This record gives sequence, C-alpha cells and structure tokens, in this order.
Amino acid sequence: MTILGLGRRVLAAVVLPVVLIAAWWLLTANSTSYFWPPLETVVRAFPGTWFGERLGTDVLPSVSRLLIGYAVALLAGVAAGVAIGLSPVVRALTEPALEFFRAVPPPVLVPVIALFAGYTGSASKVITIVLGCVWPVLLNTVEGVRAVDEVLLDTARSYRLRRRSRLRHVILPAAGPQIAAGARQALSIAVILMVISELFGANHGLGASVVQFQRGFAIPQMWTGIIVLGLLGVVLSVVFRVVEHRVLAWHRGARNADRGA
Amino acid sequence: MNQRLRDLMLGLLGLFAVGAVLEFLPRSGLVDRRYLPPASETAAELGGLLGTGAFWTATGQTLRGWVLGLLVAMAIGVVAGGIIGSVPVLREFTSSTIEFLRPIPSVALIPLVVLIWGSRPQSALTLVVYAATWQVLVQVLYGVADVDPVARDTARSYRFSRLSIARTVIWPTALPYVLTGFRLAAAVALILEITAELVIGVPGLGQAIGRAQSSGAVPRTYALVVVVGLIGVLVNLFARALERRLLHWHPSVRREVAA
Repeated sequence: MTILGLGRRVLAAVVLPVVLIAAWWLLTANSTSYFWPPLETVVRAFPGTWFGERLGTDVLPSVSRLLIGYAVALLAGVAAGVAIGLSPVVRALTEPALEFFRAVPPPVLVPVIALFAGYTGSASKVITIVLGCVWPVLLNTVEGVRAVDEVLLDTARSYRLRRRSRLRHVILPAAGPQIAAGARQALSIAVILMVISELFGANHGLGASVVQFQRGFAIPQMWTGIIVLGLLGVVLSVVFRVVEHRVLAWHRGARNADRGA
Repeated sequence: MNQRLRDLMLGLLGLFAVGAVLEFLPRSGLVDRRYLPPASETAAELGGLLGTGAFWTATGQTLRGWVLGLLVAMAIGVVAGGIIGSVPVLREFTSSTIEFLRPIPSVALIPLVVLIWGSRPQSALTLVVYAATWQVLVQVLYGVADVDPVARDTARSYRFSRLSIARTVIWPTALPYVLTGFRLAAAVALILEITAELVIGVPGLGQAIGRAQSSGAVPRTYALVVVVGLIGVLVNLFARALERRLLHWHPSVRREVAA
C-alpha cells in the first residue's frame, strides 16, 4: 500500500469520530442542562473517578466476574454442544428444550437466581452470566458439529484416528467458525448481564457504581461510568476479533482458496 | 417412520423429561420447593394468570414496546444502511465509528434514560432502538456490499434510474441480509424491552416478574419467566417463517426445502 493510501485510510477512520467528539464538546460547552454537562467537566471528572480506589474495588471485580462467567459458559457450551451435535437422537431429543432456554431473555435469570441465594454475593452474578451466555455457544456448536462433512468424518474413522484426535483435528476445526459466531453473541450477552446483575444487588461493581452516581445526582461521574462501560464493550470486541482472527486463520485461507482469490 | 415426525416426537419427549425433572426435584426435597416449585404448581399458576386482565395488559405493553422499537430500528437500519452502503466514501468514513459504537452495551444507557424519562415507556424504547438498530444496520451494510458489481454496472449502462437500480438490483441481493438483521434485532429488542421493564420498572411483563419475585410469589415468578420464554420462541419462529415466505425464491431457502 502506498503512503497516500495508508494516509487516506487513517484519515477515514479518524475524521468522523473527531467530528462527533468535537460536536459533543461544542454543543455542551456552555451547557447548563442538568442531564448534559459540558464534556469538559466529564473528562475532568474521569481520572478522579476511575483511576483511584474504584479501579480495585469496582472495575476489576466486575471484569473478572465477566471473564470467569464467559470462560465457563464457553467451555460448558462447546463440550455439551459437541456431545449433543454428534448424536442425531440426542439432538432431536434436546433441541426444543434448548431452543426454549435460549429464547428466555437472559436478564430474567437475575430474579430467578435471586430466589435461590439472594443476590449479594459474587457467585450468583457469575452464575447469571454463565447461564445467560451458554445457550448461544451451545446451540451454535451443535449446529456446527452437525454440519461437519460426513466424508471427512468417515475418512478420519477409516484412518482409525482416535476419538480424541478426531475431535481435535476434524470436528472442532470444522465447527470453529460457527462456534466463533456463538461466542461473539455470548460476549455481548455477558457484558449486558454483568451490568444488569450489578444493577440488582446493591453492591460493588462497575454497573452498581454507575447507578449510585445516577441516584446521587453525580451526573458528570455517571457519564464517565457510561463511557467506561462503552470502552469496555469496545475493548472486549477488539480482543475477541484478534483472537478469532488468530484461531480461524486457516479458515480464512481455505475460503479464499475456494474462491480462487 | 418419517424423519421429521420422529424428531418432533423426540423433541416433545425431551420437553416432557425436563418437565418431569422439574416436578421431581422439588417434590423429592433435593431442591427446596420454596425456591423451585414443582412444574405442576408453576403450570397451575400460569393457568390462573391467563384468566387475569392484568397479565394480558402487561403482555400487551411488552409486545407493543417490542414492535414499536423493532419498527423504528428497522426503518433507521435499512435507510441508513442503504445510503451508507451504496456510497463508498460514506462507507469508508463511517466504518470506524460504527465499529466503535456497536459494541457499546445499550444497558450502559440505563442510568441516562432513567434520569431523563424515569420508568416511562420512552426509556425502554430508547434502549430497544439503540440495541436493535445496529443489528439491522450492519447486516444491511453486508448486504449492499454483496451486490454483484457486474449486475450493477449492467443496470447502469442500460440507463436504469437510481431508484430502479435500488429496487431491481440492490434490494433483492440485500433482502436476505435485511431479514437476518430483522431476526437478530427481533430477539435483541425483546431482551432489551424485558430488561428495561425489569430494571427500570417500565410497565410490562418484566416489571411483573420483578414484582412477583420481590413479593415472594415464587410460582408466579416462574410462570412469568415461562411466558417470556414462550414469547421468545414465538418471535424466533415468526422471524424464520417470514424469512421463508419472503425468500422462497432464494437459493438458500430452496436448498433447505429440498434437503
């Protein structure tokens, strides 16, 4: 790529965000509106709000709950999905029930789990995240495993690949793109549930602090919280894309080869 | 036996097994029935709910919020996606912003909408529209990008007007993507509608769940959760049926039927 082309791309990526932020800054500059404080005030409030004690007491616990819940859901979803996907009978048996569980909007899990253990501890929040995230991973894995090329499976079998290597070298890679699609959906559900679970229990956490700011009418601080949640969403999605890019590199290569590109 | 019939029977058997387990666990004392009432109790509660006006009012409120939010999101997504997608410069200059705004969880906006509207339906509507619009917009962008350039150039060299190119070349290619966007948006919109009702207290089924739970009406909590799940299933089925209906000419659907 020429320098000019690169410059153009960088420009294209930066112009609109800069314009939007500038517009936000100018439109709120002399704002006396209670809801929309000047962006400058928000930016000034930012470091004091998040880089102190709160980082350890609110942000890290939230993020670690999110990551633990997501990881558990991913493992459980893929494991159960592979088991279900490999057997047509089990699949037919479980499909309607699983479809139902997936269709339950995840946030209603919060009051249900609250019935069991109250909703103050960390464990109930992690469980909420796991139970909400597991369905898209599971159902997508089932779908992906079901679509594995029969010939490929038979070949692997006739070469007497062991179960384990069949799983590792044939089934999981073939179902990979589909699993990744499920994992992506699960990630946004995980973020939503992290926030919702904290809105419920009056407790520490990123979501809880934002609500406390709002109830305490600390509006600039509330805005910084919204910005932090937004940045968290963006960072997670970027990390996800990088990991996906690595893990599925072979898939992109194969697809391009198919298209003759 | 016919394969589909067999699968259907197996599926019903599976649902029945889930029901049986949910009946057995609390009755045997393995799970405290104060937390998880037997399935039959939940079913009885559900039957009772169906006879009350308040239940149907709440259902109506939830569905209305969902439909309205979904329609607004579809309109914004399709129009904005169509325009941005067909103008390369626009696409180039907006992509970073779209990629940045999309993953922002719409629940982050909850404090803001509470501040502005409190627990009025506008709060739910804002969250639903924000969350669902991205699903549609991004799919429409994919769809417009998928248009065969040769077909477009051909139409252009035959001097089709812009409008008829949009109608005869771009729209048919983009339609499957639009419908995928619709399906995703429909599910997301329902989630956000229920969430807003549950967390903010916007009137609807979510609010009813929150109230049942905090007042200790356990069977009712479960009955309402089941209702919400069934609505979710219906929404999915509806979106899929719509896809099949509008795309019966499209290879992806035709292949599915033939298989």
